[in-house]
Amino acid sequence: MAYSEKVLDHYENPRNVGSFAKDEAGLGTGMVGAPACGDVMRLQIKVNKDGVIEDAKFKTYGCGSAIASSSLVTEWVKGKTVNQALQIKNTQIAEELALPPVKIHCSILAEDAIKAAVADYKSKHGEMVDTAACKGSI
Amino acid sequence: MQPVSFNLQQNYFQLFNIAQVYQIDTAQLERQYRALQSLIHPDKHTHLPDAEQRVAMQHSTLVNEAYQTLLQPMLRARYLLSLHGVDTQEETNTIMPLDFLTAQMEWREGVAEARRTRDAALLDELEMRLHRETRELESQLAVKIDTEKDYAAAAGLARKLRFMERLAEEIHAAYDAMDA
Repeated sequence: MAYSEKVLDHYENPRNVGSFAKDEAGLGTGMVGAPACGDVMRLQIKVNKDGVIEDAKFKTYGCGSAIASSSLVTEWVKGKTVNQALQIKNTQIAEELALPPVKIHCSILAEDAIKAAVADYKSKHGEMVDTAACKGSI
Repeated sequence: MQPVSFNLQQNYFQLFNIAQVYQIDTAQLERQYRALQSLIHPDKHTHLPDAEQRVAMQHSTLVNEAYQTLLQPMLRARYLLSLHGVDTQEETNTIMPLDFLTAQMEWREGVAEARRTRDAALLDELEMRLHRETRELESQLAVKIDTEKDYAAAAGLARKLRFMERLAEEIHAAYDAMDA
């Protein structure tokens, strides 16, 4: 299967790979995984005192589409408030990267990673949340 | 030996006349499979008209599929849970326990590191740990399904086992890369 140029670009030059120092202020960390393909994705956001995401980092073990999806969302969430970040939908990610149907789950993983990171940020910073990321079983 | 008969309405366990549990007697499964296959094998029907030969072929294919499904632990668990109306959600459920995902991330980092530094000893160690933890998950799965009948928890364990399968593939790929 051929990857789109945008996927290849993010895959070969991933943006914002890595993690923040544990003691940095305003962090939220989301960890999600896709059992069917064994992909694991960690997305971290760094939120300033105005509730705006000023930086984001990711680490993903998975296929090119999963890496590209997480790389892309680190760019997209920057400058957004946490609640605006929650509006990012997997369909937008899939469209931007021209993902084929069999790779849609990679974009879902990236959307769920944002939700998990925001939920983690809010739980650590005193705001009650009820997002899809909180409803997982087990 | 239990008598075998052929009925398309039966589920796979009924087809082979074995108990509908996760911890099956695989020797019994194999005996029943052979008995059934000898009954319906297409080679036995070459004297029959084409249409009936095709039916025999389809039955034989179904029996093979049923046998493979029950033989492999992961496929058996998924099938058994589906009979209880529980979907393992391997395609859709991305929310795994945090400690499990953190461990997965560390596993993957370890495999990548071993591959990069061509450290066969590290890879051996990772593979042994993977083997041990996979066995542990399988025995937990047996308890959840057969003893506790907690099918939702079993589905969570099945999802974990999928990650372990993927890790095993990663480790094998790393070995291959080292040999190359």
